[in-house]
Amino acid sequence: MVGRILGSVAIAATLVAGGWSGARAEEIRIGSVVSSTGPASLLGDPQKRTLEMLVEDINAKGGIKGNKLKLVLYDDGGDANAARTFATRLAEEDKVAVVIGGSTTGTTMAMAPVFEDAEIPFMSFAGAIQVIKPVRKWVFKTPHTDLMACEKIFTDLNARKLSKVAFLSGTDGFGKSMRDQCVAAAPKFGIEVVHEETYGPRDADMTPQLTNIKNKAGVQAIIIPGIGQGPAIGVRNYKQLAIAVPLYVSHGVASKEFIALAGEGAEGVRLPAAALLLGEKLAADDPQRPVVLDYTKAYEKKTGQPVSGFGGFAYDGFMIVAEAMKRAPSNKPAAIRDEIEKTKGFVGVDGIYNMSPQDHMGLDLSGFRMVEIRKGDWVAVP
Amino acid sequence: MLNRMLRSRYLPAFLMLAAMLALPYVLPSTYYLRVASMVFVFALAAMGLNLLLGLAGQVSLGHAGFMGVGAYAVAIGPTHLGVPAIPSALAGVALSCLLAYLMGRPILKLKGYYLAVATLGCGLLISMVLTNEAQWTGGPDGMGVPRLVLFDAPVRGVQTWYYVCGVALVIGMVLAINLTFSPTGRALRAIRDSEVAARVVGIDVARQKLFVFVLSAAYAAVAGSLLAFVNGHITPDSTSGFLRSIELITMVVLGGTGAVLGPVAGAAILVILPQALTVFHDYEHMILGLVMMACMIALRQGLVPALTARFRERTA
Repeated sequence: MVGRILGSVAIAATLVAGGWSGARAEEIRIGSVVSSTGPASLLGDPQKRTLEMLVEDINAKGGIKGNKLKLVLYDDGGDANAARTFATRLAEEDKVAVVIGGSTTGTTMAMAPVFEDAEIPFMSFAGAIQVIKPVRKWVFKTPHTDLMACEKIFTDLNARKLSKVAFLSGTDGFGKSMRDQCVAAAPKFGIEVVHEETYGPRDADMTPQLTNIKNKAGVQAIIIPGIGQGPAIGVRNYKQLAIAVPLYVSHGVASKEFIALAGEGAEGVRLPAAALLLGEKLAADDPQRPVVLDYTKAYEKKTGQPVSGFGGFAYDGFMIVAEAMKRAPSNKPAAIRDEIEKTKGFVGVDGIYNMSPQDHMGLDLSGFRMVEIRKGDWVAVP
Repeated sequence: MLNRMLRSRYLPAFLMLAAMLALPYVLPSTYYLRVASMVFVFALAAMGLNLLLGLAGQVSLGHAGFMGVGAYAVAIGPTHLGVPAIPSALAGVALSCLLAYLMGRPILKLKGYYLAVATLGCGLLISMVLTNEAQWTGGPDGMGVPRLVLFDAPVRGVQTWYYVCGVALVIGMVLAINLTFSPTGRALRAIRDSEVAARVVGIDVARQKLFVFVLSAAYAAVAGSLLAFVNGHITPDSTSGFLRSIELITMVVLGGTGAVLGPVAGAAILVILPQALTVFHDYEHMILGLVMMACMIALRQGLVPALTARFRERTA
């Protein structure tokens, strides 16, 4: 009898203790909406894998301040309407503390008002500058803007003393946005846009456009703002037409698949890219080298796929948020937001982040490397 | 009274109204109201398409294009032209009708696959214009929709839009029921069953087809405007894309062509299932496909007609 009572007391005690420890070690919910299927899966898939890997990793190490993380991840299939619904779900149903995601500018802009209203910090992977300009209190982003890619290319053109360029831009969101930013920024660098052509995201041949550019007198360089396989086709056709002027592509092609698709034509092509792309070839004293190699190794081991720049946006976004949560006095969304904004000197794979109330991205041009493709691999050019 | 209501042709609209009024008391959060609003919006667009497809037997693979016109009207009007939102929405509906009229005149002469391909082309054209005219539409990344302001008060909140969308759907339903039981409705059904026979009994086939095409475009445009207001940000793909058109057709066919509640059931399935299936993570698309296939195999005439037929069998 006494034994039985003691037994129940013991059980009750463990229950209470369990309850206590449960209450102390809070579970922090991190929301995410990425386009892991559909037309933008090139972006969303590595982002999804990266986030899953990082959350697993942090939980295996005991979580943040003893709190385990729980990733609530939805796939919007690239549809801005679905993204908006999932955003509402994260805010209303899942009660997440912070949201990391939004693979495209379209889905990001559809979701941003939801998180602004719900007052939840939102770290986006969208490229376009309109995400952070004007500054929205709760919205941040990790990738370089397309304007910065233009500036990097123009700086390189200035160094090579070239000033007359032709554009062959994609009609998708990425290509259009970057083309607009480049054209607007060109006069500041003394660059003159002498000719413009466009291509559709599914074009299989760009010989006519490139022939027009070739026949246009005075073109000193060609820029292809675009993402995915479009620029690779452009590069192939550029080689076939034996065009002599230098060719630049955008940071939107930054993956090994691009070199494979473009074949021989890629030789000598230049692009602005994050340090992530260079990997082992980064200088030994490069501040980004350790973090780039860490992420690359972990990702390739976990997924068996080569690392891509789009996954890198997710890595930086997640790590900035994780660091902010470590510093934050509480796990409340507002506390996390304030700490994200105070991020200073965070070394990520895309650059060194210094956020401020006026700058919710925090990158400067130093994070971008001008890269040339030589013998099927990336080589940094000074 | 109850008996009369049950026998009334407006029964589906009554049911819809009752469901709309009851739902907010049952649903635990505004997220569910948002999902319900999406069901209403897509049901409205699918209902217009159902008049074309179910009643008159004409197919349109480009119907989302008209949604796009309605959606971008309420975005472009206030942003670029300084026109208030409500007149912009009406202008959008008018423009959509005009487009449908101009395009419908030549292409409704086509039949079957040819009509399908021609309407597909129209939808793609509208989508391309919305994508490429970036100075007006913001390009592929889309544009923000200014908040609707009525009597100096901004209309906001998921709940408000839930009721607006619900009321719009009920009105759309009543109009659709009226049309079905009118002489025009009978004429359209005659055209669906046999165009030759319809012509022989003196029905102006071309005129009637054009009328129902324009009407269905108006439904889609209203739905598009509502979608834009609810979302606050629109992109060409999410309003007028080809996949959106296919989704609308799927809603009609899945729910049952011809039945007034059919599009509502179809929209409910296609909007709610992806939300419910997120627990399956990587398999959600596969399961969604399986559910749709199972529906079509087991309930061949579509959900609503097949289920009502079974219900009647049992009660008889």
